[in-house]
Amino acid sequence: MSIIEINKLTKYYGKSRGIVDVSFNVEEGEIFGFIGPNGAGKSTTIRLFLSLIYPSSGSAKIFGKDCIQYGPEIRQDIGYLPSEVFYYEGMKVLDLLEYSASFYNKDCTKRLHELADIMELDLKRKIDDLSYGNKKKVGIVQGLLHQPKLLLLDEPTSGLDPLMQQKFFNLAREENKRGATIFFSSHILGEVQKMCSRVAIIKEGSIINIQDIKTLQKDNYKKIRVQADELDEKRFEVDGVSKLVKEDGGVSFFFKGDINAIMRLIGEKEITDVTIEEPTLEEIFIHYYE
Amino acid sequence: MNIYQHEFKMNLKSVVIWSVSITILLLAFMSLYSSFAADAELLNQMMDKFPKELLMAFGMTDMDMSTVLGFYAIVFLLCQICLAIQAANYGFSLVSIEERELTADFLLAKPVGRPMILTNKLLSAISGLTITNIVVWIITFFGIGIFRNGREYDTRTLVLLLLSIVLFQLFFLSVGMVISLLVKRVRSVTPYSMALAFGMYVLNAFGNMIGEESLEIISPFKHFEPTYIVKHAAYNLPLVLISLSVIIVSVAASYVLYSKRNILTPV
Repeated sequence: MSIIEINKLTKYYGKSRGIVDVSFNVEEGEIFGFIGPNGAGKSTTIRLFLSLIYPSSGSAKIFGKDCIQYGPEIRQDIGYLPSEVFYYEGMKVLDLLEYSASFYNKDCTKRLHELADIMELDLKRKIDDLSYGNKKKVGIVQGLLHQPKLLLLDEPTSGLDPLMQQKFFNLAREENKRGATIFFSSHILGEVQKMCSRVAIIKEGSIINIQDIKTLQKDNYKKIRVQADELDEKRFEVDGVSKLVKEDGGVSFFFKGDINAIMRLIGEKEITDVTIEEPTLEEIFIHYYE
Repeated sequence: MNIYQHEFKMNLKSVVIWSVSITILLLAFMSLYSSFAADAELLNQMMDKFPKELLMAFGMTDMDMSTVLGFYAIVFLLCQICLAIQAANYGFSLVSIEERELTADFLLAKPVGRPMILTNKLLSAISGLTITNIVVWIITFFGIGIFRNGREYDTRTLVLLLLSIVLFQLFFLSVGMVISLLVKRVRSVTPYSMALAFGMYVLNAFGNMIGEESLEIISPFKHFEPTYIVKHAAYNLPLVLISLSVIIVSVAASYVLYSKRNILTPV
């Protein structure tokens, strides 16, 4: 079953673009990555799911139900972590979390304390006094405490130190194993690569590609570095080669095409070393943005 | 219910501060009454010497300041200004505070509809205003009891005057709320609420001064003018109905606007 179905979703803020004709589905149990630079429309998309804003055209369904018409009902099972941290003035962490829990039809007390322990969150402090990273932790616990079926994470790791990021990823994976579907927006590619099974790439408000992470890495490019004493980089200027760079004692380039052809080309010369790697998502990504 | 409780708690401090301030204001001015009343003749003579336009601006013409209610009407006008600012404050911040402090992303992502949120918030603000209202009642009766120097007054008229507070507060609350939903963003509440409260006050003062009735029609300071109520021992009913209609329209429009509103991320 598709947890999220969006069809030609479009949002304009007056004349300025939010997103245009965005369509995709997210299946049950998936960890779906949503990648794009700042201002590409990631937050706009998530805020449309929650009916914080309303679409100019197109539709979005969550759990098979229209986001606007059944808003309150579907939000019962959504956990949302906004990209910006928020706080009510003068409120203690525990007060806020209990307030959050009071909206759901189940007892969240146990899970609340578990999560606070994992994230090492001091429940007695006032939210105003917390650092940015600690406020972010409040946001995480708040988003997870009712064990939602769908998690919407909008740049969840910004402001967290690497150790906390790791803890957060573990938490998200556990939630996923429990059956939760995760929609994970980020501009940091490494973390999406680690977490997600599928990824959508958004650029200037439009989806430019949706792919399996594995195919994205496999089918596309190889990153090849050849080391040799005397090497004329011109011999690699053939079809399928891009980003050819002459380095100290060698050349590096990306290759897409018949791997045998490029192997022969490398093998004809006396070389000292060769490395062939999967490009990181980052490198693929930059390619999309050119 | 949880939203109501939360909102009420968040607002309680402000309610207490306003109530205490108004208490001090009322008691301070009412305590002057005994000395005023003692020299009633002198006072009325002095008032006659003021330019008529000035007295009109403050709604103080044909007012016998030596009577209990004549004097209290002037004090009540000052109290009205405070009540107006307080109610306008709550109105303007009711919804806009969530967008300013990013809590809209918290609250609106919860499984509740927007009309429900607005209803809870509105009821919580009204509860706060009602507390202040009750304080005004108590302090008024208490103050008059102490400072009236054995002079008589008509309790029914006083009750009528105090009863006007409810609609007066609702006017500023609902108008503040609807304006905050009509504009794109309320960056700071105080300038808006000051402008609304003093704007309405000045409009009435100005209208009284130049005798231009059309200016008075939109100002609740005219609709619930204390000197009118004291003099006639009744409301100016057509004007009260204007206030009531404005409240109803503002509240209805607020529900529509809020339900359709795009909650933008702060820049």
